[in-house]
Amino acid sequence: MSDFRFDTPAGPNPIDREQVVGQPFDRIDGPLKVTGRARYAYEYHEEVPNVAYGWMLGAGIGKGRVSAIDTHEAERAPGVLLVMTHLNAPRQGPLQADFAPQLTGPEVRFFDQAVALVIAESFEQARHAARLVRVSYDRQPGRFDLKAEQPHATKPQGDVDDKPDTAVGDFATGFAAAPVKIDVTYTTPDQSHTMMEPHATIARWDGGRLTVWTSNQMVHWAVRDLSGTLLIPPENIRVVSAFVGGGFGAKLWIQSDVVLAALGARAVGRPVKLALARPQIMNNTTRRAATIQRVRIGATPDGRIQAIAHETWSGNQPNRRPEEAANQTRLLYAGRDRMTATKVALLDLTVGSSMRAPGEAVGLLALEGAMDELAEKLGMDPVELRIRNDVQFDPEAGPSRPFSSRHLVECLRTGAERFGWSRRNPRPGQVREGPWLVGMGMAAAIRGNLVEPSRARVTLRPDGTLLVETQMTDIGTGSYTILAQTAAEMLGLPLNKVEVRLGDSRFPISSGSGGSFGANSSTAGLYAACQALRSQLAQKAGFNTGQAEFTEGQVRAGGRAVPLASLAGPAGVTAENGIEFADLEQKYAQASFGAHFCEAGVDLHTGEVRVRRMLTVAAAGRILNPKTARSQCLGGMAMGIGSALMEDAVVDTRLGCFVNHNMASYHVPVHADIPALEVIFVKELDDKSSPMKAKGVGELGICGVGASVANAVYNATGVRVRDYPLTLDKLLPGLPSLSPA
Amino acid sequence: MRPFTYQRANSPAEAAAAVARTPGAKFIAGGTNLLDLMKLEVETPQHLVDVNHLGLDQVQPTPERGLRIGALVRNTDLAADARVRRDYGVLSRALLSGASGQLRNKATTAGNLLQRTRCPYFYDVTKPCNKRTPGSGCAAIEGVSRDLAVLGGSEACIATYPSDMAVAMRALDATIETVDGAGAVRTIPIAELHRLPGDMPEVDTTLRSGEMITAVTLPPPIVGRHVYRKVRDRASYAFALVSIAAVLGDGHRRVAFGGLAPKPWRVEAAEAHRTAQEIADVALAGARPTRQNAFKLTLARRTLAAVVEA
Repeated sequence: MSDFRFDTPAGPNPIDREQVVGQPFDRIDGPLKVTGRARYAYEYHEEVPNVAYGWMLGAGIGKGRVSAIDTHEAERAPGVLLVMTHLNAPRQGPLQADFAPQLTGPEVRFFDQAVALVIAESFEQARHAARLVRVSYDRQPGRFDLKAEQPHATKPQGDVDDKPDTAVGDFATGFAAAPVKIDVTYTTPDQSHTMMEPHATIARWDGGRLTVWTSNQMVHWAVRDLSGTLLIPPENIRVVSAFVGGGFGAKLWIQSDVVLAALGARAVGRPVKLALARPQIMNNTTRRAATIQRVRIGATPDGRIQAIAHETWSGNQPNRRPEEAANQTRLLYAGRDRMTATKVALLDLTVGSSMRAPGEAVGLLALEGAMDELAEKLGMDPVELRIRNDVQFDPEAGPSRPFSSRHLVECLRTGAERFGWSRRNPRPGQVREGPWLVGMGMAAAIRGNLVEPSRARVTLRPDGTLLVETQMTDIGTGSYTILAQTAAEMLGLPLNKVEVRLGDSRFPISSGSGGSFGANSSTAGLYAACQALRSQLAQKAGFNTGQAEFTEGQVRAGGRAVPLASLAGPAGVTAENGIEFADLEQKYAQASFGAHFCEAGVDLHTGEVRVRRMLTVAAAGRILNPKTARSQCLGGMAMGIGSALMEDAVVDTRLGCFVNHNMASYHVPVHADIPALEVIFVKELDDKSSPMKAKGVGELGICGVGASVANAVYNATGVRVRDYPLTLDKLLPGLPSLSPA
Repeated sequence: MRPFTYQRANSPAEAAAAVARTPGAKFIAGGTNLLDLMKLEVETPQHLVDVNHLGLDQVQPTPERGLRIGALVRNTDLAADARVRRDYGVLSRALLSGASGQLRNKATTAGNLLQRTRCPYFYDVTKPCNKRTPGSGCAAIEGVSRDLAVLGGSEACIATYPSDMAVAMRALDATIETVDGAGAVRTIPIAELHRLPGDMPEVDTTLRSGEMITAVTLPPPIVGRHVYRKVRDRASYAFALVSIAAVLGDGHRRVAFGGLAPKPWRVEAAEAHRTAQEIADVALAGARPTRQNAFKLTLARRTLAAVVEA
């Protein structure tokens, strides 16, 4: 059966029943996780006995060449089985991914790039022997400072998701003529994903066949990139990624652990496990790139945007993606004259890549700060300014490209009412409670809705239970649960009759988890597979497929009811199908929307910021599971608070490395930083997005949150910090002086 | 981690003797700092003497109406001790502001005193650091120095001392009891335990080789308001940018600063002054900040005002 092609808006379908889908079920993998039985990549002890341990040795310089590498002493250290460097690494395919291949030559492109792999009988032996590898370097001057390289930035040459520059109308003229305007530059720092589970892999060869248990968001990409790197056919590679302890984009593509474990296991003839230590992750793996963003907005005195421009600069390795921080400005607000521009400078830091909501997460920190500044200049309420500039079509393309669904205004109004926005004093620095200056801020949220082809296999087993198999991953998001809900809804079964198996390349290729496309795409693929199974079962029951109703464990039509279990036969009935998406995303602009409201206190003496409460209202199509979706939003909000207040991978611009490369010094919020957070979902169905009528929600929570915090800090203090994060040292100079006692 | 040998000591004197006579030996108690540094090979002891089983885990009253805290009393237990909470609130609060619950469960009183700097360059063996590798240079002074010392540093090192507990103990004028390899016992005022880096930043304390801390003694309680105010980049689990341990009584006050220097920073002469501004003028005199950490001086002044004038 060929894949279901989604090329017209979805009509009524069994998902609309919402008997299982749309219900706030606990995650079905919860008991496995809280009892430690959910196994992560490093934990396949029974399947893979006799492992040897790998350790990655990273370069000690920021830029240059390995001039000599002496492995003599390391090779003779106790337990050492192998020391691999670029001098003895096997031939690998050309560039497949940011960190595949590995150990290909003496060039050091960034600090902590792998220069050697040590394999030993124990983890400790491998780690210690790596310190005995003597590496000499020819250091070269590197480019580590985005600000210094900004003048040399160019239009991106390499891999770009979207067009780097857009222009509609005549921005320069429109902006010049606008009665009220702002022209502000914001900066955001480098960030590291800081997921709980580090990058980790066990690799085992059985003859020419490779199995890797790894922590990865995109199983089929891992197979593809390993095949191209190791020069073996994809069918000889099995990738297992059944549970992932967080990814946030760090595990979209294979990183050094996967390639090094596979190379090492082949060389020593034994399975090898290799995890990156936390201090390695920040320099050896990908980062979210720092940005410099200039936002110019011109408006009429009544707050209608006439001209809007967003330019962004970031830095990366050659032919690597810029941080696409201007893209949301193409869609969020109306305005006749507009432009966006994206430039990238060469930097000798590790590869800048995707991190939760690449583009919007940092783009909105600038745009939504700028909107707050514009509102103040206009003397207008910030909520009202956004409502006034709402637009129901792609403002670059015009009315011919409407949004598939857009309920931003409803999010804004609902949020303002529920949060008590009317109590906000628009004059900054006026509200004081004891030592706290208190303020409120808000921001709009947008995250582009992406869809990816996805397949699944469903089997009705003889006992009447249903088995779902797909490569889809669950990176802590709830994939297991929403897939079970989808299958249960489609087949009319209770949730506990569905078993879901994920994250194995032996299963049908799925969307994987990334870009907020996973939930909608993978359930849509499963929907298609379930439709195929329904047809088979209806036929077996002697029903016309179109008339058969699947409910309460039965298939029914014409007054007759047949138990599903009776149709399974001794071998069960299996169907496999998938979904592919036609051009509805070209015809319709697609995005999820939201509004964030934040109340923050700033200590009058110290400048310490504490978020006191926060509300997010989101419109993201059908919410497949309000509980797991809410958790996604809460995580995004916490991460957004971190991006506003503390997350900062600090570059030593002389030595070329991220200095604070551990979780003690790279700060993400702890429990004490996160107050009561509230999430409200606006009721919305998007029939142009997929048969599930859902949209992406996993990243929406982080988009704009940080700006709402910064705007609240401004409202509290009157201090506008445009250089994220808003650490207290940046607030202190603007705080009221203390009168001497 | 470099391979090492290990022994469990049976008495403090035996432990001290073992460390004194074995080249490259170190004591290990909670291990919350030493093991991290060993994994990085910043610390490379050849021999570990485990002192966890020596007792030394009691908090007892002294004849002088003070408290004697065993070297191995865990931070959690010390913070929760009813006498500490009642009579030495500044110490309990300082302890609870440090690290995380898990770390405090493991960390000991003596180990906390002897933790090493968190300067990022000290932790990165690919970078020069005079404290880790004497003579290799200091990457921090011209580098990322936002968290580092504004007082008491030298041309060789501007590392800060990270303990919160010790700042409170400094305000309380605690004394340190030790035993050495020969079994000799001495006491050291906490003000003299930690040394400034000068041109020997690799030496953090005035302890002699093999000398082991056995207890910390607190003098009789000081009546007054006990405050520990820690200012940091997040609400918990972060080292101090500035902290202040203060005891504020009628006609007397004590003020010690953390986060500013290579040791708890207290200038007794400052304490006689009346206003926060005057105290700060004296206590912070001679500061030599970098461009990145000059804010700490402003922050210290403002925090002091909040503490003293509240």
